[in-house]
Amino acid sequence: MAAPAPPPPDPQFVLRGAHSAVHALHFCDGAEGHPLLLSGSLHGLVHIWSLQTRRPLAALDGHGGQCVTWLHTLPRGPQLLSQGRDLQLCVWDLAEGRNAVVDAVRLESMGFCRASILAEGPQRWMVAVPGRGNDEVQVLELPSKTLVSCLKPEAGARLGMPMCLQLWQAESSSRPLLLAGYEDGSLALWDVSTRKVCSRVACHSEPVMGLALDPWRARGVSGSAEKALAVWSLEGQQALQVRGTHELTNPGIADVKIRPDSKILATAGWDHRVRVFQWRTMRPLAVLAFHSATVHCVAFDTAGLLAAGSGDQRISVWSLYPPT
Amino acid sequence: MDPVASAVRLEVQEAVHILSSSEDGGHIVSTLQSLRRYLGETETQAPPGEQEEFSRTHFSTVLRCLVGKLSPDWLDLLPDGQLEELWASFFLEGPADQAFLVLMESIEGAASPSFRLMKMARLLARFLSAGRMAAVMEEQCGQQAGPASCLLQETLLTRVVGLPDRLGNRLQRETLAAFFPQNYFPLLGEEVLRVLQAVVDSLRGGLDCSVSFLSQVLGKACVHGRQKEVLGVLVPRLTVLTQGNCLWQRVCWRLVECVPDRAMEAVLKGLVEAAPGPEVLSRLLGNLVTKSKKAQFVMTRKLLFLQYSCSTPMLQSLLGYLAMDSQRRPLLMQALKELLETWGSSSAIRHAPLEQQCYVSKAALICLAHLGEAELRACRDELLASLMDGVKNRLDSSLPAVRRLGMTVAEVASARLHPEGPPLKFQYEEDELTREILALAAPWPAPHGPSEAGPPVAPVDGESPDQETVDGGSPQAGREGSDSELDSDDELVPYDMSGDGEQRNSKTPAYVRDCLEALTASEDWERWEAALQALEGLVLKSPAATREVSLELAKVLLHLEEKTAVAGFEGLRQRALVAVTVTDPARVAEYLAMQFYALNYSLRQRMDILDVLALAAQELSRPGRLRRATQQGSPGPGSQPSVAAVPAWQAVVEERVRRKARRFCKGSAGRAAATGPNEFNAVAGYFFFPLLQRFDRPVVTFDLLGDDQLVLGRLAHTLGALMYLAVNTVVAVPMGKALLEFVWALRFHGDAYVRRGLLSAISSVLLSVPAERLLADLPDELLEARSWLAGVAEQDADEDCRLLAVKALLLLEKLRDRLLPLSSP
Repeated sequence: MAAPAPPPPDPQFVLRGAHSAVHALHFCDGAEGHPLLLSGSLHGLVHIWSLQTRRPLAALDGHGGQCVTWLHTLPRGPQLLSQGRDLQLCVWDLAEGRNAVVDAVRLESMGFCRASILAEGPQRWMVAVPGRGNDEVQVLELPSKTLVSCLKPEAGARLGMPMCLQLWQAESSSRPLLLAGYEDGSLALWDVSTRKVCSRVACHSEPVMGLALDPWRARGVSGSAEKALAVWSLEGQQALQVRGTHELTNPGIADVKIRPDSKILATAGWDHRVRVFQWRTMRPLAVLAFHSATVHCVAFDTAGLLAAGSGDQRISVWSLYPPT
Repeated sequence: MDPVASAVRLEVQEAVHILSSSEDGGHIVSTLQSLRRYLGETETQAPPGEQEEFSRTHFSTVLRCLVGKLSPDWLDLLPDGQLEELWASFFLEGPADQAFLVLMESIEGAASPSFRLMKMARLLARFLSAGRMAAVMEEQCGQQAGPASCLLQETLLTRVVGLPDRLGNRLQRETLAAFFPQNYFPLLGEEVLRVLQAVVDSLRGGLDCSVSFLSQVLGKACVHGRQKEVLGVLVPRLTVLTQGNCLWQRVCWRLVECVPDRAMEAVLKGLVEAAPGPEVLSRLLGNLVTKSKKAQFVMTRKLLFLQYSCSTPMLQSLLGYLAMDSQRRPLLMQALKELLETWGSSSAIRHAPLEQQCYVSKAALICLAHLGEAELRACRDELLASLMDGVKNRLDSSLPAVRRLGMTVAEVASARLHPEGPPLKFQYEEDELTREILALAAPWPAPHGPSEAGPPVAPVDGESPDQETVDGGSPQAGREGSDSELDSDDELVPYDMSGDGEQRNSKTPAYVRDCLEALTASEDWERWEAALQALEGLVLKSPAATREVSLELAKVLLHLEEKTAVAGFEGLRQRALVAVTVTDPARVAEYLAMQFYALNYSLRQRMDILDVLALAAQELSRPGRLRRATQQGSPGPGSQPSVAAVPAWQAVVEERVRRKARRFCKGSAGRAAATGPNEFNAVAGYFFFPLLQRFDRPVVTFDLLGDDQLVLGRLAHTLGALMYLAVNTVVAVPMGKALLEFVWALRFHGDAYVRRGLLSAISSVLLSVPAERLLADLPDELLEARSWLAGVAEQDADEDCRLLAVKALLLLEKLRDRLLPLSSP
């Protein structure tokens, strides 16, 4: 306590050249083990950045100039999934320097709801995407693209559109579960196979913009357009319960991520700042005031790097509290 | 003639003759032995009639004769000091009052310093240590009052109480420890106690006794200022003895009742001070206040209204004593009424020092705590009226301490007087005094010893921190729960997050003119707030642009109202105004100073004007201001130059140079103080003179010499500050002259705050105007000021005023000292 707090950290490096606001970020392993960073831009390009040279290796144009909202890689290939606002979920083949769309899924809903993916088997995945109706979530199986289930709230529920999704399966059980944040600020836990809501809790008064789950501890955190983060837990994998809220200085959280080692948590703020918290205690650790526009997304890689993409067209990469 | 008397007389004459003429030791001893028969201590006693005759008529003659014979040769007539022992036994065993009087007489009559004087002094010390003083006083208790004994008592009284003084005068440096007042008076206290014990015993035995001599001794000792020594011994013992003993209580009451009126105040004050609480005081005094007019006057008026020296526990004892008996309670009620009347009187507020006002407030609150609901309800209207008068008058005061006192007392007293009404609540900062006053408000508990009240408090104090820590710990304990295996991430050290403020919107104006426009015309409150927040920085960054619109800007800022709840509005506005004034001092300062006397301003705005002028003058007169301003401008926006990084190499190089270099002499290592011309020089007049112009001409909304004395006080302080900041300027001399005239016109102002301002203004004149010019141009004013200062330093009711006057006088002295060496050689 006696020692003064160290001054706010600077980014380790900054990636420039996306040429439009960055809306999606994803770390993946590239060839020869060099880590890559993928970014999706407002103008429909997906950039692949080498973290070694800090330059873009390639720019993929597959969404017709529409915003790319979600990126994820599959070990097979490697393949890349990209979700865009042109209502396409594209599957890219990136193996051996190729970059071509090998498959695409037609989506039913506009909006900024990001998809979520869960590995079902070695070569089978389950992906959740916003569905046809206003309040519907579809769960598809890849690569067969068959509709597994369609999760639609009861008629009188008035949850609004789904805003963020998280598919997840507890180690002990075989039934996949889906966490969905809705427009009315509530969070619902769906059982995908029975298509029933297991539990629902209203944790925000504004739309839920992002959520992150720590499956180890069966706890998660969500951010919304309001001025607070909500921490909730899954009691016995079934019942959602709000454990507390954490006040922020400025309203608006676009994205929330927990580092894979469950130590720290980062939020992307509409106030241009990335906030870092100690995940266990929700103690604020740092406020990263580098960007000059809304921060849209944050991502962690397994080695502990933190990347933040912002409306100022820059991606900042930070190394904070390196995992031991 | 009585044959017994003549026989005794013959015997004594014979003995005195032998004593005065004989040189034979054996003869003298046998004579003395025979005389001792009359004292009744030996085996062969004289008949009681002869004893009585001897002690009444002849004892002092014999003693005087013995004193007369005292010399080294005479004492050596027998070996081993036998004669001296025998000689002394007459003084120590005979009737104590006569022995005491002869001792005192001979000590005072002896040539100083001499063998006899020292012998007598030692003998007196023995007399005291043998407890004979009790015998002296006891003899007086049994006697009936007659004219002769009256005279004797009077003589004894002066000797008994004045003993340390008389001995001290006589013996000078040779005086013995037993005669020091700090030793003698406690002894006297113990002797009084022994006599009281004897009195009580003889009363038990059915004998009449009088304690009036003891009362006189007590009274006189207290009048001599020895309350602490005497009562410090008496009161604790009496406290124990009177507990549950009616006889002792009655003796005590009688003791205090018999104290002469002129000593009553001293005794009562001493008792109130020494008594550990109201119960004890009540046991010691009984219903004294209802029996003795003088005591009533002392207890209900003198100690409450005419003095303010009692401590709070003393006040509590005193008022608690009044509250403890139904006969005395009307007095308490009466005291409360008068206290509140005094508290509410505006003249008392103006003329009484703050300490006395606090004292009266405390006394009133203690009264309130003692009185019951029903008693208060009977005259609630009267009390409330006085209270509210006082509150109103105090809230009008310009001294914060007086205002705060008014608020605290009003809250506490109104809650007590009018418990069912809505509680009065003021906003004030707590300090030691308010806390003490709030603590007094608690209703007095049922009478118990303080020892009983003590313990229950302590455990509560001890427990509460424990509970807090438990409370503080529980959320953490709850949060940890299942994830104890991950506790290791405690070492994550947070970064500095002080920069994490509310997000500024992008509407911040970038130019001074934009700010002006946003502040005047904008209906967009976010923009308005942003403009207000950005203004100071913009003004400092672009002085040229500011000068173009400085007057408009000043006008707008002066009239700006707090339309949104923006944090720190007053500070933002003030800083912006100061920045504008500093940028264009001549025009803006003159404008502001003129506006000070204009019609349509609130007092708040007028005081803001004064503050802004003083702050701007301070900024302008600060040496090295320009350099700092240029330094501030240089770093580009956004990049934060880290203080440690830039000069790191410089420090390293300097360190190396210092280690290698050898210096032959060491100059001042510190950096030279920033220097530069005083920018205030050119514009001081614009700040100062317009403010002085019209203070004596009231307008409808603003009457400096009338109700608005708070502003007048601020004006005096501001003028003093401006004067002080104009040091080393050309204009200081005319400013000083004008300021002295201003002070002279107002020097007898009734408000202490105004007087403080005037006194500080005098001090700044003395500091700022060069000494030579002061003496050359303003000698008459200085003389006048000096005599006024001397008067204030002695007589002013306000402590700060006295202090300031003394400081100003010191400055004057210093001035004179500086000039005298020039003129003297």
